Amino acid sequence: MVHLIVELSKYLMILLFLIYTYECFHVFRYQKEEERRHIYHVQRVLLFVIHFDAFLILYLSTGNRQMIGFYLMQLILLLAIILSYHLFYKHASELVLNNMCMLLSIGFIILTRISFDQAFRQFMFVCIGFFVALLIPVILQNMSLFRKLTWVYVVLGVGALAAVAVVGKASYGAKLSLSFGGISIQPSEFVKILFVLFIASMLYRRNDFRQVVLTSVISAVFVLILVASRDLGGALLYFFTYLVMIYAATRRFVYFGAGLAAMSLASVAGYHLFSHVRTRVQAWSDPLSVIDKGGYQVCQSLFAIGTGGWFGLGLGQGLPQKIPVVTKDFVFAAISEELGGIFALCLILVCVSCFFMIINVAMKLRDPFYRLTAVGLGTLYALQVFLTIGGVIKLIPSTGVTLPLVSYGGSSLLSTMIVFGIIQGLYIMQFDDRLKKKEMNQKGGRGRVKRERKS
Amino acid sequence: MSREKEKAKEKSRGKNKEFLVIMYLFFFLFLALIAYFVYFQVYKSEAFINSPYNSLQDLFSEHVIRGDIISSDGQVLATTSVSEDGTQVRSYPCGREFAHAVGYAVNGKAGLENQENFSLLRSHEFILKRIGDEFAGKKSQGDTVVTTLDAELQKTAYDALGGYDGAVIVMEPGSGKILAMVSKPDFDPNTVKQDWDQLTSGDSTVLYNRATQGKYAPGSVFKMFTVLEYYREHPRKYRTYSYDCSGEITVDGQTIHCAGNRRHGQEDLKASFANSCNSSFAKLSLSLDRSRFQKTCDGLLFNKKLPIAFESSVSSFSLSKSDSKAMAMETGIGQGKTTVSPLHMLLMVSAVDNNGVLMTPYLVDHVENAAGSRVSSTKTREYGTLLSEKEANLLKVYMRSVVTEGTGSALNGQSYKAYGKTGTAQVSDSTDQTNAWFTGFASKKGYEDLAVAVIVEDSGAGSTYAVPIAKKIFDVYFNR
Repeated sequence: MVHLIVELSKYLMILLFLIYTYECFHVFRYQKEEERRHIYHVQRVLLFVIHFDAFLILYLSTGNRQMIGFYLMQLILLLAIILSYHLFYKHASELVLNNMCMLLSIGFIILTRISFDQAFRQFMFVCIGFFVALLIPVILQNMSLFRKLTWVYVVLGVGALAAVAVVGKASYGAKLSLSFGGISIQPSEFVKILFVLFIASMLYRRNDFRQVVLTSVISAVFVLILVASRDLGGALLYFFTYLVMIYAATRRFVYFGAGLAAMSLASVAGYHLFSHVRTRVQAWSDPLSVIDKGGYQVCQSLFAIGTGGWFGLGLGQGLPQKIPVVTKDFVFAAISEELGGIFALCLILVCVSCFFMIINVAMKLRDPFYRLTAVGLGTLYALQVFLTIGGVIKLIPSTGVTLPLVSYGGSSLLSTMIVFGIIQGLYIMQFDDRLKKKEMNQKGGRGRVKRERKS
Repeated sequence: MSREKEKAKEKSRGKNKEFLVIMYLFFFLFLALIAYFVYFQVYKSEAFINSPYNSLQDLFSEHVIRGDIISSDGQVLATTSVSEDGTQVRSYPCGREFAHAVGYAVNGKAGLENQENFSLLRSHEFILKRIGDEFAGKKSQGDTVVTTLDAELQKTAYDALGGYDGAVIVMEPGSGKILAMVSKPDFDPNTVKQDWDQLTSGDSTVLYNRATQGKYAPGSVFKMFTVLEYYREHPRKYRTYSYDCSGEITVDGQTIHCAGNRRHGQEDLKASFANSCNSSFAKLSLSLDRSRFQKTCDGLLFNKKLPIAFESSVSSFSLSKSDSKAMAMETGIGQGKTTVSPLHMLLMVSAVDNNGVLMTPYLVDHVENAAGSRVSSTKTREYGTLLSEKEANLLKVYMRSVVTEGTGSALNGQSYKAYGKTGTAQVSDSTDQTNAWFTGFASKKGYEDLAVAVIVEDSGAGSTYAVPIAKKIFDVYFNR
């Protein structure tokens, strides 16, 4: 009987998530704020039903009473996030908020299924991230200092990355983290936000050749330190973000093209220089032939995705633990295995929706510094999603990047929540801008009418 | 008013052009991601799902009753019965006859039970029936694997091999369908679990599928390769080849005898082949370019995995400049270090029959659900061209002469036209033990061609022990 509930829930969750995803895009058909608000409300109901259904299955299939308590804690946290935004930031983007909660809850579900301990730690990080993210919009509104801190970003960012390169701990061939008395953090996750702020502050006023060269030189320092730490996924992420931002600031495709050419050359060089890159490329081209060597992880991932098929094996019915680092870089494979390929595709689309919202914010903003910041953060986010999922499904060699908000890991989670906080802050900013403009127009319009009468 | 709005919109679009470009860039990246995911699920996932490394397969047995394996004519080869208390028993109604081909699914897996594990553990039954089963707490019926194996030919081959150890394997060269696969000594697949210790004790090779995994000295069967190499090196001169056989030849102190020391006298290349004259082939082998010979054999499936989704051994051939003349002579007549499986020889003659083109051999015709509707089918596929048409024709003529005037004469004068090559391979230098070989094919109007490979261990001459087995199979096949 439990199996039947698991089976039925499988289809139910897919159906609900499909509706949720559909609404992410469908909502823009409506112009009126009230109609949209209704859809956002429906989305939140769907979110909570999926979350409940998943934990019902987890409880039934494990019989672990702790599941109930943990479920309630998550429920309260998700409600608190939503309510506090409604309370403090009436003009925040509800879609971004919903998507953030949706991705967080999917993360909770799959992490709880794989490892209760990790899920619990993740929960604590989300609590911290929530408070930080909640403060960001206020700070943004009240401080215009951010555009002036160019060299602070450089010193902090380069310093942190250099520290990792020198004393960092290596994992899977790359140096990624620093540890302080048992807590290990991955500075590159936070530095990437500084990196975006740095480029935005460099280029928002001037985008002449000299400024571009200076920006490029300093950006190269960031990227080269990452290469020296053998964090090539990170290097790729930074470099591509740099390219997109340069293009956004200068509107010159030449820079972008030249950068892509340089990136291709660097990739070839990386292939010849680093043995762990060669291993990953080999594992990518034919994983089954090297399953006992470098291809094990990708093979297990593809076994999981393939065997899961479109509808998944059902939560708790697969063997996601077979995939090494499944909770971090390969969490997408576990989701596809147990919740199904359709669910996984919807997940991609929700990430796409987040990215579109970020670019949308960038387009509506008028302050060039914030416009560049938004497009940089959007690029970071989208590229990270692309790199991690592309690696898991073997579209590209795996680069060791996490899936934002879903993968386990405090640094990745906190930095993504900060990014979402900034985006909310900017959204509120452009909303208020437009509101002011409208009011001015209305006033101005009335004044003109009066003047006309007088004459 | 509306015009103004449009203008403003256009203006903002111009201002935001770079953002739209970036948005489209990522839109296409995500599109690629989604497209590849769909492509993987639809086309690529099968190879990963079916991989024997995929430990997820066995999860399915919790909800699905392992499906049946049946022969192409509908005989049940393996089935699972569920008793009232829910215990399952896997049984094999045809027993020993299909033991190696069908294999077993306890203590590890072998044969089709291994290769088709995932198909057998999936259920494509009608969805409502599956939901009904769920409610009733019953397992769904797994899909049925319909093999290419022909029960009548399998029985013929099994009986014909009689009490000897050895193997018989039969294929349709035009399609690649394996119609029969017999290996002896055999075992009862119904009692593998009980007999396990005995089956695996000491140097027992009972579980070994000799038809695909055997590593035998090819003996004179190998002369197909030697003669082909000679032809490749002497595309015109081969016609004027002549040798005067005195029953034996001695080079560097190594003497090679013809079978029974028989003097074949003056003979050309074709007669040397038909008579399976060792002296002539030993002499000829000394003249061959060894690195080219190595290349020829490597191109004919030596030293690589055979193209079949089934457990099989890799045949080995090596001849280099550092090898002695004696070794070159031995190698040319199929002794020396060369080893082959019956399957390999079958594929070689199938390519000869099929004008040089090898069809990928396969054992599963299609998979159907419990109600009999097709879930998936195997498509016939060309593996590649092993021989040019000229080469295939030459070998055909030579193999025909083996039947009309040589060691395969027992196959002469039938309703079908047979071609082949016999072999009598010495097992080792120290014993008189010999394995009898025959490999060849036959055709008849209105029938698909048929290729066979037969090895009878520890018997005697190929013409006496192996050819009659092939004949029985041809007789049954071409008279129905």
